[in-house]
Amino acid sequence: MLAACGLASAEDLFSHLPDDVRLKQPLALAPGISEYEIVDYFRARAAENANGYASFLGAGVYAHYRPVLVDAVVSRGEFLTSYTPYQAEISQGTLATIFEFQTMICQLTGMDVANASMYDGSTALPEAALMAARVTGRRRILVARTVHPEYREVLRTYARYEHMPIEELAYVPESGGVNLEQIESTLDDQTAAVVIQSPNFFGIVEQVEAAAELAHRRGALLVVLFTEAVSLGLLRPPAEADIVAGELQSFAIPPSYGGPFAGIIATKERFIRQIPGRLVGETRDSRGHRAFCLTLATREQHIRREKATSNICTNQALIALMATVFMSVYGKQGLRELAEQNLAKAHYLSSQVTPRFTGPFFNEFVASSNGRSPVEINHALLKKKIIGGLPLKQWYPELENGMLLCATEMTRREQMDEVGRAFQAVERVA
Amino acid sequence: MSYPENLRYTKEHEWVRAEGDVGTIGITDHAQKELGDIVYVDLPKVGARIEQGKSLGSVESVKAVSDIYSPVSGEIVEVNESLGQAPEKLNQDPHGSAWLVKVRMSVPDELKQLLSAADYQTYVGAES
Amino acid sequence: MITKVRSHITQNEPPLFERSSPGKKGYQLPVLDVPPVDAVAALGAANVRPEIDGFPEVSEVEVIRHFTRLSTWNYAIDLGMYPLGSCTMKYNPRVNELVARLDGLAWAHPYQPETLAQGAMEIMARLEAALAEITGMDAVTLQPAAGAHGELTGILLIRALLEKRGNPRRKILVPDSAHGTNPATAATAGYAVENIPSNERGMVDVAGLERIVDKDVAALMVTNPNTLGVFEENIKSIAEILHKKGALLYMDGANMNALVGIAKPGDFGVDVMHLNLHKTFSTPHGGGGPGGGPVAVKKIFEPFLPLPRLKHARNKWSFDYKRPRSIGRVRAFYGNFGVMVRALAYILAHGGNGLRNATVDAVLNANYLRKKLEPHYDLPYKAPNMHEVVFSDERQAKRGVRTGDIAKRLIDYGFHPYTVSFPLIVHGALMIEPTETESKLELDLFVEAMTSIAGEIDTDPELVRTAPHSTRTSRVDEVTAARRPILRWKPGETASKAAD
Repeated sequence: MLAACGLASAEDLFSHLPDDVRLKQPLALAPGISEYEIVDYFRARAAENANGYASFLGAGVYAHYRPVLVDAVVSRGEFLTSYTPYQAEISQGTLATIFEFQTMICQLTGMDVANASMYDGSTALPEAALMAARVTGRRRILVARTVHPEYREVLRTYARYEHMPIEELAYVPESGGVNLEQIESTLDDQTAAVVIQSPNFFGIVEQVEAAAELAHRRGALLVVLFTEAVSLGLLRPPAEADIVAGELQSFAIPPSYGGPFAGIIATKERFIRQIPGRLVGETRDSRGHRAFCLTLATREQHIRREKATSNICTNQALIALMATVFMSVYGKQGLRELAEQNLAKAHYLSSQVTPRFTGPFFNEFVASSNGRSPVEINHALLKKKIIGGLPLKQWYPELENGMLLCATEMTRREQMDEVGRAFQAVERVA
Repeated sequence: MSYPENLRYTKEHEWVRAEGDVGTIGITDHAQKELGDIVYVDLPKVGARIEQGKSLGSVESVKAVSDIYSPVSGEIVEVNESLGQAPEKLNQDPHGSAWLVKVRMSVPDELKQLLSAADYQTYVGAES
Repeated sequence: MITKVRSHITQNEPPLFERSSPGKKGYQLPVLDVPPVDAVAALGAANVRPEIDGFPEVSEVEVIRHFTRLSTWNYAIDLGMYPLGSCTMKYNPRVNELVARLDGLAWAHPYQPETLAQGAMEIMARLEAALAEITGMDAVTLQPAAGAHGELTGILLIRALLEKRGNPRRKILVPDSAHGTNPATAATAGYAVENIPSNERGMVDVAGLERIVDKDVAALMVTNPNTLGVFEENIKSIAEILHKKGALLYMDGANMNALVGIAKPGDFGVDVMHLNLHKTFSTPHGGGGPGGGPVAVKKIFEPFLPLPRLKHARNKWSFDYKRPRSIGRVRAFYGNFGVMVRALAYILAHGGNGLRNATVDAVLNANYLRKKLEPHYDLPYKAPNMHEVVFSDERQAKRGVRTGDIAKRLIDYGFHPYTVSFPLIVHGALMIEPTETESKLELDLFVEAMTSIAGEIDTDPELVRTAPHSTRTSRVDEVTAARRPILRWKPGETASKAAD
C-alpha cells in the first residue's frame, strides 16, 4: 500500500507536518495488553466497588430488573455498531425503533410529540427551559427546590450565559410538595416557565394540574420533569404540562455509576418546531412502502448552525432502544403491575420508619431519623451489607435528619426490615 | 417564467404588490426553484412590525432554511394561513395564491428602491 | 461489477403496536413479598392513571422477533466498511462491551459510598491521565456526554477564564469548514459567531486571521486536521496570533484519529479541546449515541473545570466539590461512565505503540484511497491529507449526477455512503474516512465500487440517480415527511399506500 502511495516508509505519511509539532518520543502509556488481561483488570476494579450489597439508593438512579431480552437486542451488531440513521434506506431498523420509542413516550406522558432522546434527564431540563424561552419570548425560569439538586445545578450552568434568571420555589414543609401559593405570587409577565418534578426529589407526587393552571394564567409554560419513569405506569400522565422532560434510566438502563442514560423531551403539537434534538417521522419510499426518516432537521445545528434550537448533535439511540425493548416486554399490563409492586414495597418500607412528609409518594420518600444522624445509620447498615438511603443534608440543610429511601421490585422484605431495625435501634438509643 | 409587471422585486428574491397602502409580499419563482421542495414556512403574527431589508420569517426545504427579507417596512395585517397546511403551494404558485403576508406600508417610497419585473428578470438571468 | 454483496430476503415487520392484542404479555414479576397497596388509597384517585392507551401487549417471542427483524434492516460496522468522513467509524471491540457489563461496574450507583466506588473512580482517573498524555494537555474532565456537549463545556471554560481576566469578550471565530456544532455551541455559550473563510489550500488564512483578531475575539474554534483531512500547518502561528491578543485556541478533536501518537495538541498551542470517545476511542455509535465528550485543558483552566473533580489522598479516591471557580455542572453525576470503561479498555489494549500504529494505518488507508480514486473523482484541495480525503462531484455533476446520488449507489455495492455535501467549502463534497479498521481487501472492494460507479455515470447516469435499487426500502420521501410530519404511531394512520 505504501508503494501504491509512492511512499518509502509509513513515516513519510507525516513528513508534511511541521517538524516542531511532531512527537519525538513515544506516548508514555503502558504497552498494549491481551483480551484476557483487559478482562482481568476490569474485574479487579469491579471488585473494588460494592458487590453483593442491597441498596436503598434512588435519587434519580433506580435499581430495576433488566429483562434479558434488552441486552440480547442491543448487543446485535446491527444496532450496536451502526451510525446515526441519516441514510434512511439502510437504517430502517434504527429509525423504526426510534419511531416506536417516540410513540411510547407520548403514550406514557400524554404529550403529542417526543424527540428521539436527549443525553440524559439533567441536560433535558435546561433544553426544556430554553425551549420554553423560545416559545414564550421570555427568559425567567421558576424551578422548584424539589427538582433534583444536580439537575438544578446543570440548569444554572446553561442558564448563566443564556441570560435566563433562575429562581427557586420552596416546598411545603408538611407535605413535601412544591408551594403552589409561592408559584402564584412569584409568577410574572417575564416568566417563561415553571419547572416542577413529579414524583419530586423527595418522592412526592406533585399537583401538576394546579401548577399548570397557575402558569398558564400568566402566559408561562409548565415544564414537568420526571426521574423515575416506572412511576408513569401508575401515575396520571402530566398531560396539562406544555413540556415534559425526563430520564428513562429506570427502563432497563444500568445505573453504570451515573451514565450513559437517556433523557427525553416531549411536548404539544403546537410547539413541534421548537423541540430540540432528533425526530423520526413516518413516510413512504418511492415504491410506496412504509418508511421512516429523520425529519424536521432544519431545527438542528448541522443546518441552522448558530441559529439552531440547540447545539445537540446526537441522541442516545442505543440507550433509548434499551428503554423501548423494556417497554415492549412489560407492555400495558406489565408496567402497571411493576409500578404497583414498587408502590407496595416503598409503602411497606415507610411503615418500618418515620416518613418526614405527608404528601403521596411512589417508590421513594424521606425518612426522619431521631438521635443518630443518617450517616451513622448508613454506617451501621453497611456492616450488614446494606447501602442505606441518601442523606439529604448536603442539599437541604434543614433536613439534617432526612434520608431519602427508595424501594423497587428488587428490594426484599427482610432487607427492609433490617433498615427498619437500624432506624429503631437509633430511636431506642435516643 | 415571466415575472408579472405589477410586482416589485428585491435582489433577495422577494416580491411586493402594492394596493393602496397595503403591500402583499411573496417569494419569487426563481427563489422557489432554488429552494426545491418547500416543506415549511415560518411567518410573523398579525400586528408584528417589519422593516425593509430585515428578515420577516423563513422558508424551509428538507435540508435548508432561507430567511425572507422584507421588501418594505410596515405592520403585518394578514398572514396566508393556508401555507401552514400546504407549503407546496409555494412551489406551485409563488406569485399568486402562495403570497406570504400583507403589510400596511409605513414608507411607501421604499417601493421606488425595488426592481421592476424587467430589471429582476435581467438580474436573475445574470445571477444564474 | 458488484462483488461484495448479493441480495437476500428480509422479514417484513409492522410497528409493534400492530402486533399487539389485549392480554398478551412477555413479562413475569415475582410474587410480592409485602402486602399489596391500593393505588387509589395511597396516591389519591386524581393521581392514578387509566390504562396506558395504545401501549403494546405482546409476547416474549414477538418482542425478540420484532427487534431482530428490524435489526436486519440496518447497515453496521459489523457488516462492513463505513467510510463516513469526520465520523471515524472504526471497529468496536466486543471485550469492551463485556467489561462495561461487569456487575460491579454496571450496577454501581453514583451515590454509593466512595469507599465502595474506588474501582470506578480508579477507572475514571486512569482514563483522565491517558487522555491528558495523548493530547499533551494538563487536565481532563470526563463529564460531558458527547462531542457537542464537550464543545459547550470547553467554550464555557474559555468564557470563565476571560471573565476572570476582566472581560469575557464578544465573539468566537469559526472557519467556514467547521462542523455545524461549532457555531451552534458558540451561540449557546452566549457568543456572536464570526465565520472566517479558508484560503485556497483549505486552511485557515493566517494573514487574514491576524487582521481579524482583536480585543473582541474570545477564541478561534479550529478542527485539526480540518474537515478536509488537512493538517493546519500554521497551527503554531495561529495560536501565537490569538495568544498575543489575549484570545484562546479551541480545538475540535473530532479528527484526533489522525494525531494520536503523532502530535499532541498541547504541544502546538491548543488551550482547550474536546475528544469524542465514540470516534477516536472505539466506543460504539449505537445508531446515534451514547457517546462521550471529554474536555482536555491547559493548567490555567483547571480551577474552572466542572465539579466534582477526582482527588487522590491517602491512597484513596474521593470527589472534590469545593471548587468555587468551577463553571458548575454540565451533567448530573460524573458523565457517561459506561462509555469511559469502553474507551479505557481500548487504550489498554493498544498501549502507546498500538495507538500510534492505529493512527499510521488510518492515515495510510486514507492516502491509499486518495491515490486510487483520484483518477476518477475531482480532488479540489491538493494539500497532503491525513486520515480522510475529500473529493468533489464536479466531473459527475456534468452528467447530472450529484454526490448524494453516488452515495446512494454505493449502498447497492454493499457499502455505507461516505459523508455527503460536507464540508461546505467543497461544492458537492464526497468526504471519505476509512479508519485503520479496514484491510486492503475491503479498501480494494471500495475502490472497485467507486470506480465502477464512475463508469456507470458515463454510460447510464439514470441508474445512479435512482439508486439504491437493491435495498428493501427504496428512496425515502423526505419531503412528505417534513410537510406532514407523522412523529408517532396512531391506529389506522400511515403514510404508506402499500403494505410493508
